Amino acid sequence: MIRFDSVSKEYPDGTVAVGGLEMTAPTGKITVLVGPSGCGKTTSLRMINRMIEPTSGRIWIDDRDTTTMDAAELRRGIGYVIQQAGLFPHRTVAANIATVPMLLGWDRKKARARALELLERVGLPTSFADRYPSQLSGGQQQRVGVARALAADPPVMLMDEPFSAVDPVVRDQLQDEFLRLQGDLGKTIVFVTHDIDEAIKLGDQVAVLRVGGKLAQIAEPARLLGHPVDDFVADFVGRDRGYRGLGFQRAPKLPLAAETTARLGDSAEQVRAAAGTEPWTLVVDEGRRPLGWVNTEQVAGTVSSEVLHRGGTVASTNGTLRNLLDAALSSPARRGVVVDEDGTFAGTVLAHQVLDAIESERAAAAAAQPAGSAAR
Amino acid sequence: MSWSIDHLPAVLSLIGRHVYLAGLPLLLGLLIAVPLGWLARRYRVLYPLLIAGTGLLYTIPSLALFILMPIFIGTRILDPVNVVVAMTIYTVALLVRTVADGLGAVPDSVNQAATAMGFGRVRRLFMVELPLAVPVISAGLRVAAVSNVSIVSVAAIIGVPQLGSLFTDGFRRNFMEPILVGVIACVLLALVFDLAIIAGTRLITPWQRTRRAA
Repeated sequence: MIRFDSVSKEYPDGTVAVGGLEMTAPTGKITVLVGPSGCGKTTSLRMINRMIEPTSGRIWIDDRDTTTMDAAELRRGIGYVIQQAGLFPHRTVAANIATVPMLLGWDRKKARARALELLERVGLPTSFADRYPSQLSGGQQQRVGVARALAADPPVMLMDEPFSAVDPVVRDQLQDEFLRLQGDLGKTIVFVTHDIDEAIKLGDQVAVLRVGGKLAQIAEPARLLGHPVDDFVADFVGRDRGYRGLGFQRAPKLPLAAETTARLGDSAEQVRAAAGTEPWTLVVDEGRRPLGWVNTEQVAGTVSSEVLHRGGTVASTNGTLRNLLDAALSSPARRGVVVDEDGTFAGTVLAHQVLDAIESERAAAAAAQPAGSAAR
Repeated sequence: MSWSIDHLPAVLSLIGRHVYLAGLPLLLGLLIAVPLGWLARRYRVLYPLLIAGTGLLYTIPSLALFILMPIFIGTRILDPVNVVVAMTIYTVALLVRTVADGLGAVPDSVNQAATAMGFGRVRRLFMVELPLAVPVISAGLRVAAVSNVSIVSVAAIIGVPQLGSLFTDGFRRNFMEPILVGVIACVLLALVFDLAIIAGTRLITPWQRTRRAA
């Protein structure tokens, strides 16, 4: 657990970067600090490992006051990941990862073995061990940055916009892998970002800071979207928050419609005969996993992967209402594809069915709450 | 040509002296310039002082420095130590700025990462900052090497033998060959110093070679 006890940072010129911050980052959870530039989120993060010293207040890690600890020693016990990875260009990937073990005086063999283990852990081949950072892509460098932070297995990790310098596709991938990794490791993480979507996606709790380093609201993502405490938070959380809030609600069991399916290589005549008057036919592979939709009227010759319409998203039976609604809205056939946990095709739903489900969930929630307490 | 062949052992010995008088100050100067360059980076107030101050040293005429040296360090007038110390001063003059700029060129993100990983100040300097400054420092060292090889020949006037002695000798006897040999030897020596520094730099910066290989 990391606890900010009325922590302030004021610069000699009178600028207040952080003003009396009170908050707790619980053990084993991801706490995201988010806010506009100048809100003191990075300053707050850096005060935890004392790269910036607070002007007043204390920061506790479990029951230890960080100001009483030797700074370098404190830092070796805290993993740190920054934007652009900040890898040492003159050291190999393995040496970069083994930095803290080296500082802690591990023997070479053990440090190297640990580096190789972590390379695999973050999804990179061990053949990268002897390359230099400049030989890696931005996303790969960032993975090495994460591996380096994990090297000495610190209980606490600080992450300063670690994924903001990579392209959106890679960022999404890194975020997913980060969540999977955290699922295994259960570190106490403080994560800084300016991207509210990233905060909502990654945070177990999200702290929204306003300019001048004041805490505006700290809450679980669903609560932040559903009940912003004031206009600042509401504005910052942004538009579509009703829709995005659906991302935190499990989809209920909905009646799924069966679908005529086709395979790659089927002839156009076969497809048309099976589809009847339906303009779109779902194409699945041998394992009955959906591949995409094919336009029944326009298909000529045989069904090939080139003619597939791939715009539709796929929802899982154990996914969220948001996944389900999005699958229906993005499907060219207007029927959203739903798959079982193993990825096999389960059936389709229509948007109005999902909306009905949302309506009844909300009605049930309202009925469960005594009148008057519904707002905030 | 007959002069050269007759005097080959003598010329070789002069080359040896020249290497010593120009090379040793290069190493000593580097050793002194590193902490000074670091101080200039570390304490902003010192930067202009150190850079301008050491830069000014380079403007002292070499002959004057060679002659005045015994007064400052209490050596005898013909002592080669005078030349070594004077050349070290020139090397420092050239290298302090280079070291400071080299350290300054280390990316901020790298320095921050080093601090956050728990490097102490000294360890960070030797394990992160200096290795990354090597390419810049090496460029400065190459300039200093060529400059040293050239300047040190002036010491022949105060009677410290090295390749410069061939110039004074040839001039006194109005005889071109030793002068020519001296010039060619100086140029070759400067080239050898330069190549040695390039080779050494390549050896200790394997990461530079992969720069654009990806």
